[in-house]
Amino acid sequence: MPSLGADMEAGTLVEWLKHPGDVLKSGDIIGVVETQKGAIEVEVFTSGILQRFLVEPGTTVPVGAALAEIDGVGETPVAAPSPEPAAIIRPGQRPLPAIARPPSSIAVASPAARKLAADRSFDLTTIRGSGPDGAVLFTDVEAALKQSPTAKPSAKPASGIDPQAMRAAIGAAMSRAKREIPHYYLAHSVEIGTAQAWLTRTNAGRPPAQRLLLAALFIKALALALRKLPEFNGFYRAAGFEASARIHIGSAIALRGGGLVAPAIHDTDALALDDVMARLRDLVSRVRTGRFRSSELSDPTITLTSLGDRGVDMVVPVIYPPQVTVVGLGTPRLRPWIVGDQVVVRSVIDISMAGDHRVSDGHRGSLLLSTWAELIQKPESL
Amino acid sequence: MTREQLRLIVNEALGDVAPEATPDTVSDDNDLREAFDIDSIGFLEFVTTLHERLGVDIPEIDYPLLRTRATLLDYLTRHVV
Repeated sequence: MPSLGADMEAGTLVEWLKHPGDVLKSGDIIGVVETQKGAIEVEVFTSGILQRFLVEPGTTVPVGAALAEIDGVGETPVAAPSPEPAAIIRPGQRPLPAIARPPSSIAVASPAARKLAADRSFDLTTIRGSGPDGAVLFTDVEAALKQSPTAKPSAKPASGIDPQAMRAAIGAAMSRAKREIPHYYLAHSVEIGTAQAWLTRTNAGRPPAQRLLLAALFIKALALALRKLPEFNGFYRAAGFEASARIHIGSAIALRGGGLVAPAIHDTDALALDDVMARLRDLVSRVRTGRFRSSELSDPTITLTSLGDRGVDMVVPVIYPPQVTVVGLGTPRLRPWIVGDQVVVRSVIDISMAGDHRVSDGHRGSLLLSTWAELIQKPESL
Repeated sequence: MTREQLRLIVNEALGDVAPEATPDTVSDDNDLREAFDIDSIGFLEFVTTLHERLGVDIPEIDYPLLRTRATLLDYLTRHVV
């Protein structure tokens, strides 16, 4: 069972999409699990022949539990390992056993309470337990069920995302961020007329399906800036910061019913602009139908949150642990701008960021934003 | 194609990007993107769908003509053969 976020403890297998005997290659989607973030497609991270399933659909298992056995790389039971991105630089550090997870406010519960809750489709996160640290006990669930005897699975929209569970997951992750991460914040106003003009020229000859949006330029520019400033890209775990050699930018995408997800565009820095755009469109359309792949949710190395073109001027974002940086983009607007000694009208966007003081400081953070600002002036090189 | 046929296609395309919306309850004179809470990528999907179903290219320079459903239907009536 893959971990799809710092606060995920368990997931429920919904269905298998492969059969014993099937030949699998790395990246194949083997099944679907239900989590607080909705239905997630589980990819395999190895190649081989699917021997047998270890878990039946409908079963809830903890993060890290083996789901299936794949032959081809020894006899190791393999199924979507915890998200340890392939290439992590750990200077002088031993590999960590797993993600260090602090006590979570999400459904700390006794096994008996979990079983009862699962049997009666009761959402454990909706009550506070009477056990140690607020752990939910069997009697707590019993009492809650008595109060609302009609307790049913919360009505789920077609997308498969449970809004209440998602709100709880966001709340838990952001509480952890505010509790543990010493944030610092920076913002910078950047003129983007050149980028807009380049985009207008580029799109003029293209059919709608091939058109680019500013968002693609913004994402790519951030990926290139991170190449120069690796201390903003990676994870902070028990042993400290681990820079990631690969750049997987997570784009925060708002869900129409409320809530948001930030699935990753893998190796963003190595993709051509058109490919970044295609990946972004694909992610947004899959967010609408609630289908993500496990690796997309589990391994963004940094998050970019964009208010789009109908938002407000600036966002002061919160880091998504165990990441160490979040970058925000406000809504571009026409503003007074000084060129030489003249006040002129220019299209301007506010880029902002929160960094983790355990890893970096405002001087390096300033460089990240100013590097982005330089890169966005040369859209043809993105 | 009649204006009513175009309206059906437009409503369907709106439903793709705003699945929870009820296009018939929104006045033809409301700003589409405001009324249906459509961001720039959603609008691009909407334009792409209209292009695929109706064969109209709708260059970016024409986007301001697509502000409301009324102006959009005017535009499509002129451009769809």
